[in-house]
Amino acid sequence: MMGLELHTIWFLVIGLTVTLYAVLDGFDLGAGLLHPFFRKEQSRRIALNAVGPVWDGNEVWLVITGGALFAGFPEAYATAFSAFYVPFFLLLAALIGRAISIEFRSKEPMQWWRTFWDYSYFLSSLVISVLLGMALGNLMLGLPVDAQGVYRGAGLVEMLGAFPLSVGLAVAALYAVHGSLYLLLKTEDRLFDRVKQLNRVALFFFYGAMALSTVVLFAWNPEVIERLWHRPGFVGLAVVAFVASMAIPVLVRRRRYGRAFFVSAGMIASLLGLVFAQQFPFLIPSTIDPDGGMTLAEAASSERTLRLLLLITVIGVPLVGLYFLFVYRVFRGKVKLDDMSY
Amino acid sequence: MDVEILSRIQFAFTVAFHYIYPPLSIGLGFLIVLAEWRWLRTSEAVWRRLTRFLIRLFALTFGLGVATGIVMEFEFGTNWAVYSRYVGDVFGSALAAEGIFAFALESGFLGVLLFGWGRVKPKWHFVSAVGVWLGSMFSAVWIVVANSWQQTPAGYHVVGEGMDARAEIVDFWAMVFNPSSVERLAHVWLGSFLAGGFLLLSIAAWYLLRKQHVDVARKAMAIGLPVVLVASWAQLFSGHVAAEVVAEHQPAKLAALEGHYAAEAPADMYLFGWVDEESKEVTGLGIPGGLSFLLDQDPSAPVTGLDAFADEDRPRQVNAVFQFYHIMVAIGMLLIGLSTYGFYLFRRGKLEQSKWMLRALTAAVLLPQIANQAGWFAAEMGRQPWVVYGLLRTSDALSESVRAEQVWFSLILFTGIYVVLFALFIYLMRKKILHGPEEERGEGTRASHLESAWS
Repeated sequence: MMGLELHTIWFLVIGLTVTLYAVLDGFDLGAGLLHPFFRKEQSRRIALNAVGPVWDGNEVWLVITGGALFAGFPEAYATAFSAFYVPFFLLLAALIGRAISIEFRSKEPMQWWRTFWDYSYFLSSLVISVLLGMALGNLMLGLPVDAQGVYRGAGLVEMLGAFPLSVGLAVAALYAVHGSLYLLLKTEDRLFDRVKQLNRVALFFFYGAMALSTVVLFAWNPEVIERLWHRPGFVGLAVVAFVASMAIPVLVRRRRYGRAFFVSAGMIASLLGLVFAQQFPFLIPSTIDPDGGMTLAEAASSERTLRLLLLITVIGVPLVGLYFLFVYRVFRGKVKLDDMSY
Repeated sequence: MDVEILSRIQFAFTVAFHYIYPPLSIGLGFLIVLAEWRWLRTSEAVWRRLTRFLIRLFALTFGLGVATGIVMEFEFGTNWAVYSRYVGDVFGSALAAEGIFAFALESGFLGVLLFGWGRVKPKWHFVSAVGVWLGSMFSAVWIVVANSWQQTPAGYHVVGEGMDARAEIVDFWAMVFNPSSVERLAHVWLGSFLAGGFLLLSIAAWYLLRKQHVDVARKAMAIGLPVVLVASWAQLFSGHVAAEVVAEHQPAKLAALEGHYAAEAPADMYLFGWVDEESKEVTGLGIPGGLSFLLDQDPSAPVTGLDAFADEDRPRQVNAVFQFYHIMVAIGMLLIGLSTYGFYLFRRGKLEQSKWMLRALTAAVLLPQIANQAGWFAAEMGRQPWVVYGLLRTSDALSESVRAEQVWFSLILFTGIYVVLFALFIYLMRKKILHGPEEERGEGTRASHLESAWS
């Protein structure tokens, strides 16, 4: 297959599922981050119902990514998940907390009940975004993994470095931008104006967080910059991401909201492309293994399984695409509340 | 406590809690399909009300099923890293297939099922209902296949040695159709129809006792009773076939199920009893030679007992396995009685006069739940000390890097979360049931539905 090895193809597939997850769940997590900044009950309901029919389907991509990693790179799945023990249980707690916040908020009319779920929706969205960003940051820097693929670090306390934290903030800000663009497509009137304001604030935070993580990299982790510099396509991806981030406010000013949303999706894809390019050919770079860490080839399943997985993907992904087109088509346009709404 | 027992408790706790919900979703999903089909065929508003009521219950069970299900996918890696490396090549593909085919099908159509009234034509809404139900059925396929492979591995070969050993797939279909997967899948599906069916019957019986929502309750009985009647009888057959598979492929588990120790002797079958693991004796009411007869049609045929296995190769908690198994079987029999007599009364038009039967049906919602849980505990504890039967020991399957205090942290965190979740589930379920199948606003005719669909 064009000289590509099977495990490299599977790496690209995982890159695709991660990107789809970030682009899709990103906007509903972002909507959660903006949620408490809407004041009126009606506004919050509209914002919640804008993501209501789709958030669950979007989260499927996280489940698929987990399954794809387990199936194609079981060594990496086992090592990374046991290394991220405490942060991943916090992540799970937040995923559950978020699901029940969305489901339960509308089930009672009392003010205190709704306010409580409003804030747990916000907080869980924040925790998920920041933790995923931190996990990504730590994977970029590498983990203390020995030659057998066993994690030898101290756990969470070691993972709170400046770079991972700045990536966590950047991801949260990025999702807030992405979510605000989605909400611009789904809202009207005064709520729409409010979303526009929030979009500007979120962009400001995003530029700040990106600048911060770049500075941190230059100051403390120049080896990451070094690796990136030698990757083919680095300049291209970086330019695309930069131009996209600058184009968003321009498009919003010109009222091209749909286009702005897709540009934002493209920006997320190119930023993740940078991360994946930096990682290759390692899945988990090691800070203690002289060989540099766990490569794709070392982590991969057998060729037979990888071929099976590709077959499943080739049959399955177009089907999933169809479901998603169907669902998004049914719920296109501005939010209208009815008696089955949240 | 050490990491092994803590991780086992955590996995058992989280998977048992998860397993409250997916069977309800599978069962309710099927009932939604039946009710909505009746509505499309008859245009009677009562069917539409029942359909929408069922969808409201389904939304709750489905949401909790998804939320608690992701935990399992993470836990393989967090707590059982060696196990994940060992099995990844074999049933990573099963899990990936579940993610792609089942989960996406379910979640993709769920939005339309829940929020699509008035946005799509009734026909497409019905298609979504079928899609969601089939998705839930498919996800049971892949997960049961993966679990059955752990019970009766097939279609693999082992590469590497010692801690580097892992199973690699050689024949995908032999893995999928391993010796126990079809039988166990049927058993799980039927258990799910019973869980969903008895939930609906319980609610309907309660409405009939209170003389509320009588029209909807009657329709609920009309679809719920045939479903549980067929499922409970079929479960008897499926359970028997599943036990034969255990006898053939997991003799130590079979011996534990009936508390049978003697290496080669005829085995009894107990209705209930107590296993004294010290003296290796069972006290209870049983049929002498019953198990031998069931397996070989000969009450004096020898059955391999626990003593035939080395101490480190057989299940530890024999009495617990015995009790869980017998609870499941006893409830299965009770459900056959309830569904058969209930169906008989209903067909004779006497169900609504029989107060005690309505009360029994109201309470019966708990029975399939208990049986489902007990059955899984018997199956999984009976598999010990292996996590993959005969290949990988549970004690070898742990994550090397995880420490006891980390597992304490996650165990306490999730105990807290699940207590809250369960309280909310009961509270909201009760609220939905109290509210009943009435529409929130003045609509409910097919005409208005069509109107809004076209507009």
